[in-house]
Amino acid sequence: MKSFVFGYLICVAALTLSLQQDKELTESIQRGSAIYSDFCVTCHMEKGEGVMYTFPPLAKSDYLANNREASIRGVKYGQRGEITVNGVVYDNTMMPLGLEDQEIADVMNFVMNSWGNSQEKPVTTEEVAQTGRR
Amino acid sequence: MKKSIVLLGFFVVITISSCGQKTDNEINTPLETNFTAELIVSDLQIPWGMEFLPDGGMLITEKSGELFLFKDDQKTLIENTPEVYYRGQGGLMDIQLHPDYSNNGWIYLSYASEEGADKGGNTAIARAKLSGNSLTDLEVLYKATPNTTKGQHFGSRIEFDTNGYLYFTIGERGERDINPQDITRDGGKVYRLHDDGRIPSDNPFVNESGAKAAIFTYGNRNPQGMVRHPETGAIWIHEHGPRGGDEINIVESGVNYGWPVITYGINYSGTTITDKTEMEGMAQPIHYWVPSIAPSGMEFVTSDRYPGWKGNLLVGSLSFQYLERLELNGNSVTYREKLMEDIGRVRNVKQGLDGYLYVAVEGKGIYRLMPNS
Repeated sequence: MKSFVFGYLICVAALTLSLQQDKELTESIQRGSAIYSDFCVTCHMEKGEGVMYTFPPLAKSDYLANNREASIRGVKYGQRGEITVNGVVYDNTMMPLGLEDQEIADVMNFVMNSWGNSQEKPVTTEEVAQTGRR
Repeated sequence: MKKSIVLLGFFVVITISSCGQKTDNEINTPLETNFTAELIVSDLQIPWGMEFLPDGGMLITEKSGELFLFKDDQKTLIENTPEVYYRGQGGLMDIQLHPDYSNNGWIYLSYASEEGADKGGNTAIARAKLSGNSLTDLEVLYKATPNTTKGQHFGSRIEFDTNGYLYFTIGERGERDINPQDITRDGGKVYRLHDDGRIPSDNPFVNESGAKAAIFTYGNRNPQGMVRHPETGAIWIHEHGPRGGDEINIVESGVNYGWPVITYGINYSGTTITDKTEMEGMAQPIHYWVPSIAPSGMEFVTSDRYPGWKGNLLVGSLSFQYLERLELNGNSVTYREKLMEDIGRVRNVKQGLDGYLYVAVEGKGIYRLMPNS
């Protein structure tokens, strides 16, 4: 009986936590969407398609999927030099945008859950704060 | 593939529908050009403004907040520059010398500033003097309110007319439905002041209650090019449209340029903003670009160094990454040409005191166009 109650409580706690995380992620994505249309859309375009050879796509981007830390670093400190995204080489400059850590986490969560992108683990403000210049 | 067909169809429709304007809206690419672009100042991130000193030096603003003096192949950081609000499209922006700089030494700057109580920033105009490698006597002449954390549309260019009036532009700060059509609010305007910041008594809205008396025109979106016509003395601006609908306008006292009530552009998402391109009481542009070239920087060629270019207008393109040359007949654009194709995001273009053209490119630096002999 004891172990049943204990197990039950664990389940409830886990469910609550996961629902809470879902809610947090949903809210983060919503805020990120606003940041995206303010700071990103003019170059990376409405559906994250970018501009071939000039502004790399964010939609279904292999670079984004495989370079989580570098992507966060790029938004936080700027991105410069050659990168290959979906087989196309981009050699351009994106200056840092002056976003706060939470705003970076929000816009990353929006991008990483939009246009065919998916992620296992949401980006948190702490993760952005810990991302250094390299 | 399907997507690209749809996109192609979209461009065809846009192209056809844009043939409405009388001027030629097709861009031409010359087979060869008679100049060579030499990179003379390297290692710049976003060189926003540039200005030429009588002693041969060049002042260059970096959007991130630094001011450089480039002289004798040396780039020197100038100290004591104003604190800038570096976010989104805001930072240290334009720089312009007073027409009587040799006598009074005034240098005008535009920048995003956090001054004021509210969180965020808005565009400020200040003047200062250069003493050694430092700015002195800094005076803020205008600071737009309220501050906002929005990243868009700070403007801003500075220009003087032949009577010594100071003009500057402030974009609508991402509040298109609130700011541009309301003369009691900053943003989406061209402003006019005396060189010391006083408001001219004949500004158009000085007697309107609640109006910002510094406003000279309204209904503008985000002008990032402004230049005085070398013959007529009129102040010309260009402004970014949304998706499509960048415009060239000639600034006239009290005129409403229509944003966002009339526009040749649409939302980035492809949805429409308005179905109107013209309306009574709102000025038509003398030229508009569809699709958008994202214009920044603007200059008339007045020197004789470039055969056939005298009187032409030059405009930088951020999105298509070239320098555009426009031939004019009076106020009509008669021919468009693409120069420096794929050079990078062209932020500014100016003619130096030596008559050569200087082009500022993001991530690269400043190029001088040397005519081929």
